Amino acid sequence: MSASSDVGFHAQRHARWHYGEAAFWLIVLACGFVFPSRYLIMTDILRLALFAMSLDLILGYAGIVSLGHAAFFGVGAYAAGLLALHGVINEPVLALIAAGLAAMVLGFATSFLVIRGVDLTRLMVTLGIALLLEALAERFSNITGGTDGLQGIEMQPILGQIPFDMFGKAGFFYSLAVLFVLFLLARRIVHSPFGLSLRAIKNNPLRAAAIGIPVNRRLIAIYTLAAFYAGIAGALFTQTTAIASLDVFAFDRSADLMLVLVIGGAGYLYGGLIGAVIFRMLQEVFSTITPQYWQFWIGLVLVVIVLVGRQRLHYGVLFLPNLLIKQIAGRKAVVTVPESDA
Amino acid sequence: MTIALETRNLEKTFGGLRVTRDLSLKIEQGARHALIGPNGAGKTTVINQLTGVLKPNSGRILLEGQDITDLPVHRRVLRGLSRTFQINQLYPDLTPLETIGLAVSERLGHGGDWWRRMGTRSDVNGEIADLLTRFHLLDVMNEQTVTLPYGKQRLLEIAVAIAAKPRVLLLDEPAAGVPESERHDILAVVGSLPRDVTVLLIEHDMDLVFSFADRISVLVSGALLTEGPPEQVARDPQVKAVYLGEEAVNV
Repeated sequence: MSASSDVGFHAQRHARWHYGEAAFWLIVLACGFVFPSRYLIMTDILRLALFAMSLDLILGYAGIVSLGHAAFFGVGAYAAGLLALHGVINEPVLALIAAGLAAMVLGFATSFLVIRGVDLTRLMVTLGIALLLEALAERFSNITGGTDGLQGIEMQPILGQIPFDMFGKAGFFYSLAVLFVLFLLARRIVHSPFGLSLRAIKNNPLRAAAIGIPVNRRLIAIYTLAAFYAGIAGALFTQTTAIASLDVFAFDRSADLMLVLVIGGAGYLYGGLIGAVIFRMLQEVFSTITPQYWQFWIGLVLVVIVLVGRQRLHYGVLFLPNLLIKQIAGRKAVVTVPESDA
Repeated sequence: MTIALETRNLEKTFGGLRVTRDLSLKIEQGARHALIGPNGAGKTTVINQLTGVLKPNSGRILLEGQDITDLPVHRRVLRGLSRTFQINQLYPDLTPLETIGLAVSERLGHGGDWWRRMGTRSDVNGEIADLLTRFHLLDVMNEQTVTLPYGKQRLLEIAVAIAAKPRVLLLDEPAAGVPESERHDILAVVGSLPRDVTVLLIEHDMDLVFSFADRISVLVSGALLTEGPPEQVARDPQVKAVYLGEEAVNV
């Protein structure tokens, strides 16, 4: 039946790779070779991007708001630090996974609190959990080093082969590899029936349940997975900077993450990545111009984004690339930003 | 005849208000059963209890002889109880293709599949194509639901419920708000449902009720007033009083 194959073709419409996506990742990879003096900030952006992708999974897809996503980042960061410090797992990749799993356990345990309530309750509960963990980390200073943080972390070579260098080159490519692998996984998941059911739940939980979707179970699953992602981001932070201090749990970190998604847009995976780049660049630019008042300018940018509308901004930004593609390839624009508003 | 859906002494109160009073209904397998009653009679509240959105204060609900009173909404769907909503409950950002695809995937047990892409199972695709064709949605399958005309949305609402392959289907005012020109599609679809599917229809439109139903239950103030075949209910002086009373107020 032709209608059937037609349906199959269109159902996979968003799951197919677009040229724009390949170009995006090639540019990111190229940055690693073009700006050898900027590894530290670029690594920082990659971590933030991964962290933002984690929030995007729950916010952009499942519609769960969170002001305490740093809780998982922090647990991942401390777990990686402790594993390396005490020599439990010396190999960074294994330690990274272990740290992610630690955050995942916390995510699973707290998901039951988060899925209850509505948006406002969720904001408060997630915020509360992050604050609680920060206080605990401070209290148990014999384990965490308290306000001094974990000190004297020495990282072993990645896979026993590639040592972390002082310029951050290994750290950058390591972070990029981790980000890309986790991106591929996330991309696979959001285009599966499971991923689609999350969007259905976000759109209309009543109808989602009425077609047989176990709403709570799906929300628990994605929240747990997002915690894993955030834990990995936190572990990358510790591994590439060799420090873990209390500020990994800080409220600013969770709040910044929301801003990143507001800038980049939620619900299409690239929002966190693009948002992270723009957010850090703005931060850099503004803090160079006015070291004291850079937050004012970030705030102004946010207001403009909200007023003008992200879609229109994206259209403006993508106008030129789309035009080029149209002229050169003689085909319809492929660089589009499908997104649902967060 | 076997009983497809049954309520036993169902009671529901909102604060001090008794919205369902000692309601015992029996709906036979394959029946075209209509639940009618004036505004505020508590018809939708009954549906919400049957589907699990609301919990009754007391009483039991049985689906094909099995007690489902304590089951959550999605489990009842998997057991073959599906519904449409009086006011469309769709996914504004999703397309008809995705909406129906989800319902089909869930029923076939692929809903939790997080690795395989949507659209790569030919059995699911076949069913989606079939439903889209039957409900005249093939031409708009890639449009966002929110952009569809109301009549199409209404068809999608029913298609989603059918996609769950229900053995018992609850239709909550399927033709509500549909313009006259698009009404025919909806009535044709409702009329062409397979006979082995039991249908409970909630409706205001008496023409539709009497052309469709083979049995009618009349609900007034949450309690069952009378029940019987259409001719008998139409002649019932109590029913006339209820409806005439309402019309007198409306005039």
